[in-house]
Amino acid sequence: MSAAPAYSEDKGGSAGPGEPEYGHDPASGGIFSSDYKRHDDLKEMLDTNKDSLKLEAMKRIVAMIARGKNASDLFPAVVKNVACKNIEVKKLVYVYLVRYAEEQQDLALLSISTFQRGLKDPNQLIRASALRVLSSIRVPIIVPIMMLAIKEAASDMSPYVRKTAAHAIPKLYSLDSDQKDQLIEVIEKLLADKTTLVAGSVVMAFEEVCPERIDLIHKNYRKLCNLLIDVEEWGQVVIISMLTRYARTQFLSPTQNESLLEENAEKAFYGSEEDEAKGAGSEDAAAAALPARKPYVMDPDHRLLLRNTKPLLQSRSAAVVMAVAQLYFHLAPKAEVGVIAKALVRLLRSHSEVQYVVLQNVATMSIKRRGMFEPYLKSFYIRSTDPTQIKILKLEVLTNLANETNIPTVLREFQTYIRSMDKDFVAATIQAIGRCATNIGRVRDTCLNGLVQLLSNRDELVVAESVVVIKKLLQMQPAQHGEIIKHLAKLTDNIQVPMARASILWLIGEYCEHVPRIAPDVLRKMAKSFTAEEDIVKLQVINLAAKLYLTNSKQTKLLTQYVLSLAKYDQNYDIRDRARFTRQLIVPSEQGGALSRHAKKLFLAPKPAPVLESSFKDRDHFQLGSLSHLLNAKATGYQELPDWPEEAPDPSVRNVEVPEWTKCSNREKRKEKEKPFYSDSEGESGPTESADSDPESESESDSKSSSESGSGESSSESDNEDQDEDEEKVRGSESEQSEEDGEKRKTKKKKVPEGKGEASSSDEGSESSSSSSESEMTSESEEEQLEPASWRRKTPPSSKSAPAAKEISLLDLEDFTPPSVQPVSPPAIVSTSLAADLEGLTLTDSTLVPSLLSPVSGVGRQELLHRVAGEGLAVDYTFSRQPFSGDPHMVSVHIHFSNSSDTPIKGLHLGTSKLPAGISIQEFPEIESLAPGESATAVMGINFCDSTQAANFQLCTQTRQFYVSIQPPVGELMAPVFMSENEFKKEQGKLMGMNEITEKLMLPDTCRSDHIVVQKVTTTANLGRVPCGTSDEYRFAGRTLTSGSLVLLTLDARPAGAAQLTVNSEKMVIGTMLVKDVIQALTQ
Amino acid sequence: MIHSLFLINSSGDIFLEKHWKSVVSRSVCDYFFEAQERATEAENVPPVIPTPHHYLLSVYRHKIFFVAVIQTEVPPLFVIEFLHRVVDTFQDYFGVCSEPVIKDNVVVVYEVLEEMLDNGFPLATESNILKELIKPPTILRTVVNTITGSTNVGDQLPTGQLSVVPWRRTGVKYTNNEAYFDVIEEIDAIIDKSGSTITAEIQGVIDACVKLTGMPDLTLSFMNPRLLDDVSFHPCVRFKRWESERILSFIPPDGNFRLLSYHVSAQNLVAIPVYVKHNISFRDSSSFGRFEITVGPKQTMGKTIEGVTVTSQMPKGVLNMSLTPSQGTHTFDPVTKMLSWDVGKINPQKLPSLKGTMSLQAGASKPDENPTINLQFKIQQLAISGLKVNRLDMYGEKYKPFKGIKYMTKAGKFQVRT
Repeated sequence: MSAAPAYSEDKGGSAGPGEPEYGHDPASGGIFSSDYKRHDDLKEMLDTNKDSLKLEAMKRIVAMIARGKNASDLFPAVVKNVACKNIEVKKLVYVYLVRYAEEQQDLALLSISTFQRGLKDPNQLIRASALRVLSSIRVPIIVPIMMLAIKEAASDMSPYVRKTAAHAIPKLYSLDSDQKDQLIEVIEKLLADKTTLVAGSVVMAFEEVCPERIDLIHKNYRKLCNLLIDVEEWGQVVIISMLTRYARTQFLSPTQNESLLEENAEKAFYGSEEDEAKGAGSEDAAAAALPARKPYVMDPDHRLLLRNTKPLLQSRSAAVVMAVAQLYFHLAPKAEVGVIAKALVRLLRSHSEVQYVVLQNVATMSIKRRGMFEPYLKSFYIRSTDPTQIKILKLEVLTNLANETNIPTVLREFQTYIRSMDKDFVAATIQAIGRCATNIGRVRDTCLNGLVQLLSNRDELVVAESVVVIKKLLQMQPAQHGEIIKHLAKLTDNIQVPMARASILWLIGEYCEHVPRIAPDVLRKMAKSFTAEEDIVKLQVINLAAKLYLTNSKQTKLLTQYVLSLAKYDQNYDIRDRARFTRQLIVPSEQGGALSRHAKKLFLAPKPAPVLESSFKDRDHFQLGSLSHLLNAKATGYQELPDWPEEAPDPSVRNVEVPEWTKCSNREKRKEKEKPFYSDSEGESGPTESADSDPESESESDSKSSSESGSGESSSESDNEDQDEDEEKVRGSESEQSEEDGEKRKTKKKKVPEGKGEASSSDEGSESSSSSSESEMTSESEEEQLEPASWRRKTPPSSKSAPAAKEISLLDLEDFTPPSVQPVSPPAIVSTSLAADLEGLTLTDSTLVPSLLSPVSGVGRQELLHRVAGEGLAVDYTFSRQPFSGDPHMVSVHIHFSNSSDTPIKGLHLGTSKLPAGISIQEFPEIESLAPGESATAVMGINFCDSTQAANFQLCTQTRQFYVSIQPPVGELMAPVFMSENEFKKEQGKLMGMNEITEKLMLPDTCRSDHIVVQKVTTTANLGRVPCGTSDEYRFAGRTLTSGSLVLLTLDARPAGAAQLTVNSEKMVIGTMLVKDVIQALTQ
Repeated sequence: MIHSLFLINSSGDIFLEKHWKSVVSRSVCDYFFEAQERATEAENVPPVIPTPHHYLLSVYRHKIFFVAVIQTEVPPLFVIEFLHRVVDTFQDYFGVCSEPVIKDNVVVVYEVLEEMLDNGFPLATESNILKELIKPPTILRTVVNTITGSTNVGDQLPTGQLSVVPWRRTGVKYTNNEAYFDVIEEIDAIIDKSGSTITAEIQGVIDACVKLTGMPDLTLSFMNPRLLDDVSFHPCVRFKRWESERILSFIPPDGNFRLLSYHVSAQNLVAIPVYVKHNISFRDSSSFGRFEITVGPKQTMGKTIEGVTVTSQMPKGVLNMSLTPSQGTHTFDPVTKMLSWDVGKINPQKLPSLKGTMSLQAGASKPDENPTINLQFKIQQLAISGLKVNRLDMYGEKYKPFKGIKYMTKAGKFQVRT
């Protein structure tokens, strides 16, 4: 009781006139001389019977420890209280013990028996805490006791105690590494544990004690994958990073086939993405070594890992998101990696430290997989309030992301950054501009001009940095830039930064033939100021002198000799050496003649231009998200990420004999059901992908799920399971037993042809899952092979229908040439949109396009080039109504080529286009050859800029060029938008007056059923249906692609066929045209 | 994993240290001080500093550096995330996380840290569980403890860690059962010189304060869940339910927590509720510059904009500013060159403006860059994305809770380039 006031004073930090014995504040005192005395009073307090006094003393002692003061001399007094009844005193004593036991080993032994007693306590929490403290006492003598305690705890009934045991393993290991073998046994035992509580801790112990024993994981692999989502966040991070390593040793690379098949196409499209090929180099080698390898099928376990980690991208913990991101980056097929971009960009909202780490990783990823982050370019724009280190990282990412299409916006951003007050950042920006200029040839001149303008900047650092960058750029094409070199030469009068001066001198020397008049003059000036220059500049002066001497010895002979003499007596030995060396080389003398004859070759040899590249290049050989990656140096204890094996190790090692986790397989299946949803979005990864697209994927899943209909049964069950998962865990296996039998039957029915699937047949639970996932996998890998580049992702399903489409087109051409609905390009002899034929087409498309959003999709095929006009090449196009993956503002147009001549047509590509302002085209990759009778499909994107102006362009083959044009119907300039009725009304309310166009019409009899009306409207315009309360009203909504303005369409059908059509849109022209088109469609 | 933790204040004193493995001498922090000196500003201290034998990972919050010492490879975000969790826990415990508060509660802090890590690996980081293990100090409890001599440590052993719902403690009881949800949206935007938007996005969070008895199971549904483009959840949210039905179903932790944070899809154009008209001009070789800004409402959906603050970092050449605001108060710090203007509410009839002159360093040339204007504001009762909660249902308990939803829109990182 009496101690209470003392304590409160203690807090205040003043040793007031309290009770004399306890009044001193041991923690705040700096006078160590009185230590002895002060600790006396604490000892006294600890020796009393009163718990409150003991507690008080302990609190003060702990406060001392916290502040880093030494309290070790109190050890005997404290350790006596280890058996104290009061829980708080006990806890504080534990804290003290753990801190000082190492220093007072003998005394610490006194406390051991208390813990040993605690280990037998009926309360699991006491058992756990006893083990925790016992294992934290770093006293080598008790190793056997610890070992025993850990072994016992590892088979404790309580998962919490087992978790503590897992924590104790690395503690014991660090104390005595001889125990490794025994500890591995314990780890093995705990790895088999099925509770989420233990999983994270034991994997952590595994990583610290025996990361090389990957064989221990086999049997637990599937269990860990399945438990993962329920493990606490910290455990998730550890498990994911361990599984990444595991997967790298056990599965085949998912990209090896892709890289073989797609490399060419990929390159053609991405142009500058050479890294891709380099990064995949090792895989290439592997693939090349085994050219006859059978088509790659992803191991179902590999798929399981990818699938089960994906939901964790939604975790609130940045560490978990990063862990999943690195797992996808290192393990997922190329097409699926995109999903991580969104989650990583989300982390950029977090604390600046998190941003720092994430940006480092994004920088590395963006070099290898640029396409992934392109849609999020704007998220990396820099704010003036960002800390400099974040700014520079963002700049790095922006530079990596810059490409032909977005470079104007990126440069405009850079323009603003250059005027920043943060000069380090400005310098980094200038370098970034330099890198953009080297990477993207188109803007090189623009950048160079911009940089030259910066030369007149007032800040010298800016100028200096510009000079350095300009020098590098000029090296790439020196001939054209004599003017710039002259300009730079003038700068030598003013600029003082040594690096910049040196750069200018080097440039003048190197290209002295371009500035023959100025160069000697510069040398003259430099010779004058030679003694005052920095070393780096002096070296370049010597260099310049030497070069001039060689090219223009008449004018500069004397100057050179003067400079060399000055240099000979310089204080710096480098400069003296250089002068001596240069003189020997250039000035012909009796002995050194041999070399001096070649001096010109030595000095003025053509030098390769420097490659400006990212400092993050090649960082990806470190596992992403790791400390080593961040530091770009191997940290202690870093586990190298192994390369993919060339041959897959036996997958059956992961089979578990006991079918006790049917529950897991159950879950797996439920995920299976969800799976198409994921895989779709994986494929998408484009910017247009949003919540809106899930009905789409759902429908796609329907098309896919035919192969996995078997899982339907269990999915209903899995819903209940969802309700109460935890209960599920406890629930016995009886209920599942029957289900499991059912599964057995099912799996027998659809046995997988591949040997791999059979290998797993010993284990019922996993088999069904693996077989179903496998079948899915094959379909997926098919897709992957069909896609030559990421932007064609949407095409594979239609490729299934390719034969059908071909038939149609043949039919189309041979039998019909009815007049078109749409005026098309000059050489147009137009084919029609045969409703019946289209059925086939639309069907294929509608599997992709959400039925809700646009029940009917794709305007019919239009002819772009008739086979007669095209000399055997017939070209059709359709508006696919799918978001164009490269750019959301573009309308994606499917171009179908067919060759009806009898010679192959080669080198189909787009030629120059004459486009009206604002309209832009994203070309399709060149089709190398089209054999007679064959057809091919390509996708291109056109940004029509919300106008119905035709896009004219050239279609070129190797021999011919055809002028063609595509004019979009107004209905194709928009994309459906999902909104509720209320939102619709609200938006409509905002678009009244001028923006509203109303027209009355009579619906013909044939056109009065809901279905037909909706179909007609959606065929005419790419709008989404808005749910509507009244039955006679139809509402549709969309947004124009380029400007994103809303287009709302209401059709109010009255009895007897009268109807009123209202279109609300900011774009009045579009509104009017749309009204016209829709009325035409409805009344026909 | 995490070896030790040092808390360092802005003047470079180590005021708390905690070791989870053997003791690491505090001299290791010298490397940190070195880096700090080099960085000049606190926020520029690199979060990861390699030293010969250790790696120092730090976060800077509330003017305190939390420096973790690690010895072996560990994902840096793991440590950084943990340090932030430590700060959040302190904040939760003591209301604020500052040096004096930590010093005052050093024993509680130490006990909390002891529970959060075992051998450097996180053990109990959920603040609900921690609060069961170690009771947070309150004024009342301090008084009671003083009188009765009882303690902060819970006298019952916690069971939360063992339960199937690790984030919720058992046996919660309230007389008034309430559940409040705040939908807070932040607009991050960069507006260029001419007033057009360069980038704008909406980030939202739903913060909840749930005080419900027993083990309630809540579901929260939205009118327009499709708005949510990218979401991250508190671990309590059932992910599958969200995937299939777009419904948030969860057993809430007790007390305050962040249920959800989300990003609104980029397709929807972001309504920018305010505009700034600015006219800032420097003339070459003149010792005066003109400064004038006006703030006005743009797309506010009929709501008032409150709590408007304008801050701007002026160029170094500006010596002083003499300005007159039409409303609110303004300050200019001639040392840091920071101008801040506390505007308050915007009255659409009488737009607030700040006009005047700047005195520039004589003879200095005009600065390259016009200052960037940072804006803060609040709009009550509005979620700018249009997100609306449809309903909140409770299962598993009999009583009828009181439910409340509040919407708010704030400026996040809202910058106007001039």
